[in-house]
Amino acid sequence: MSDTHAQTVRFVRQEMMPERAPPIREAGAVKWLRENLFSSWLNAILTLVSLYAVYYILSHVLPWMVFGIWDANSLTECRAVRDELYGENASVACWAVLADRWQQLMFGFYPSEFYWRPVLAVVVFLVALGPILFSGFPRQAIWFSAASPFLMYLLLWGGTIWGPLVVIVGFVIGVVAFQLLAKVAGNIVGGLASIILPILFWLFAAGPLASALAAALPIGLTFVPSDDFGGFMLSFIIGIAGITLSLPLGILLALGRQSDLFIINKVSVAFIEIIRGVPLIVWLFTASLLLNYFLPPGTNFDLMLRVIIMVTFFASAYIAEVVRGGLAALPRGQYEAADALGLDYAKSMRLIILPQALKISIPGIVNTFIGLFKDTTLVVFIGLLDPIGLSNAIRATTDWNGIYWELFVFIGLLFFICCFGMGRYSLWLERKLQTGHR
Amino acid sequence: MTKKIILGALAVAGLSAGAAAAATLDDVKARGNLNCGVTTGLTGFAAPDANGVWEGFDVGVCRAVAAAVFGDPMAVEFTPTTGQTRFTALSSGEIDMLARNTTWTFTRDVDLKFEFTGVNYYDGQGFMVPKALGVSSAKDLDGATVCIQTGTTTELNLADYFRANNISYEPVPIETNAEAQQQYLANACDVYTTDASGLAATRATFENPGDHVVLPEIISKEPLGPLVRHGDSEWGDIVRWTLNALIVAEELGVTSANIDELVAGTNNPEINRLLGTEGELGPMLGLETDWAVNAIKAGGNYGELFEKNIGENTPIGLSRGLNAQWTDGGLLYAPPFR
Repeated sequence: MSDTHAQTVRFVRQEMMPERAPPIREAGAVKWLRENLFSSWLNAILTLVSLYAVYYILSHVLPWMVFGIWDANSLTECRAVRDELYGENASVACWAVLADRWQQLMFGFYPSEFYWRPVLAVVVFLVALGPILFSGFPRQAIWFSAASPFLMYLLLWGGTIWGPLVVIVGFVIGVVAFQLLAKVAGNIVGGLASIILPILFWLFAAGPLASALAAALPIGLTFVPSDDFGGFMLSFIIGIAGITLSLPLGILLALGRQSDLFIINKVSVAFIEIIRGVPLIVWLFTASLLLNYFLPPGTNFDLMLRVIIMVTFFASAYIAEVVRGGLAALPRGQYEAADALGLDYAKSMRLIILPQALKISIPGIVNTFIGLFKDTTLVVFIGLLDPIGLSNAIRATTDWNGIYWELFVFIGLLFFICCFGMGRYSLWLERKLQTGHR
Repeated sequence: MTKKIILGALAVAGLSAGAAAAATLDDVKARGNLNCGVTTGLTGFAAPDANGVWEGFDVGVCRAVAAAVFGDPMAVEFTPTTGQTRFTALSSGEIDMLARNTTWTFTRDVDLKFEFTGVNYYDGQGFMVPKALGVSSAKDLDGATVCIQTGTTTELNLADYFRANNISYEPVPIETNAEAQQQYLANACDVYTTDASGLAATRATFENPGDHVVLPEIISKEPLGPLVRHGDSEWGDIVRWTLNALIVAEELGVTSANIDELVAGTNNPEINRLLGTEGELGPMLGLETDWAVNAIKAGGNYGELFEKNIGENTPIGLSRGLNAQWTDGGLLYAPPFR
């Protein structure tokens, strides 16, 4: 057998050929380049043109950024340093404005000896986010998240510790009232009592109680008025408050719009359509200008609070429509299944409908949040000094008049980091909750 | 027009609110600080420094009033206002006075129910052109493209001026001064027009200020001054006479440097009355006798304020011009302290 071919064929390979590297054109970087960048003449030309465009932009922008001057006290000084280093009229950034004013861009007019307070508030916020956004945290950590808004308020505004505590007591009253009355008199009475009793408490008892406690035991931090807030701190506070408050409100509105109860349905529809049908800037002007006339003279209703309320309403109208889209996307069978299990409305929504509807709505909700966060810069038109407003104010000093791009690049970068972070989280959450319905 | 009606309606509504809360001085004293409306930022007139302390020529007026009332120039809360929010902020009582380079006009004084308490800067609209254009008079600007801020009186003044001189122009609408600077430097327009003080401040920031000239024509009157609400003349008097005290102090040679000597008593009875060593002018306003001393010490007299914030030794480099004392051929003429 083995010698069959030995006579007929001159050479037979007895062992396997050693593996050889693939041709250079079909492997590694060259293959990737050929397939993705130079697959045809047209693509090759387009690639070269794009490369040139990228090079052209970077060759102008990078030196401008990298060789920027960090150490100067005014634009004139910046230009003098530049002339010395790079010659007349070289195009380099003057980052010195950021070195000089970055604290103002971050904190506005917040007293500098208390900068640790907003910084600590950010830490509290990030820690509180953990249990809400990620599932790996111990269950009890959610209590810290629930307490964090009060802690952050105390850190940012300061004042007596008793104010936030008394507000918490109001919530406790609500929960206790519901627990007690729901057993005795049913869910509806319990629900109403859990809303009305805390409101009565906050309106009539909370103020005197807090001041009495503050007089007896003056513990707290130095009070900082909202007028001193500015810069990114202002954008963050408005943005975060708007985001956290608008989500629950938006879900309620979406459910209200789906409701069969006439009044609830029509009120929700009217709220959503009116708020959504008017530009945000108009609502901001309403908050800053018109409300002054309707409130009794002498009442000092904090402008920042008014803005937060308006931004929250505006975002919640959008969230409501996004969530309604999620609700509408659920098959009818899910509602029927919930009914068939004998669940009441609250339970069927909480356990069956909303988890699915919200999962579908995640991209839309995060989209609205990103929009809301960027819209906070509109407050510049009502005279609040957010980063854009501060950039105008900084330009108005004789030191820095005439400086533009450096400030806008910095502001843009900070907003990009926040918005990009939100976008990434939403993608991650979508992948995590993917259960293969598609 | 619609805007004017809305503003008017708001102001009327504000008047009723304002009248209910009369006696601004008592409110201010009870609060412990003065709420003063300023711009969100205008070079030389109002801007926060790196520590967040407001500085500028308009700010100086606020500080003088605070010093006259409390003896402390820092007892001021500054409320940044925009062109849209300034009048409602004042008429709704959010601020006690507005010192925001606001032009004194008939409608603002009468229709919007405000009280202008004097003029702290006489401004006027001017033109800036690149030297290379070879223009020496605004009348040579036929067919020019003009960068102009929309919705301001400057826009109307410009239209009036060019029509009266029968020459044409092409407007390039811009929103803010910062935008205007960029557009002008990028040659998007041949001419930039705004208040002369603003032109000077803008020109000072250019890399090569010498390449640009401000034309000699001033085409409008822009008397800028602090204002208060109608309905509380006592408070208006305090603001008016604090400003007058600063002006008259310069006229009489009272400066923040020599005021401590002069308080001891002088041979000039008017200085004595101003500084409260003679007569009872302060208590007539409801203030201490040394109110004017405090006001002048806050940032100096009118001339000192001017030199420190917008004068010839600052980058803005404005000359006194119309804002010189009447004795020097200017328009500053404070009534006597008697």
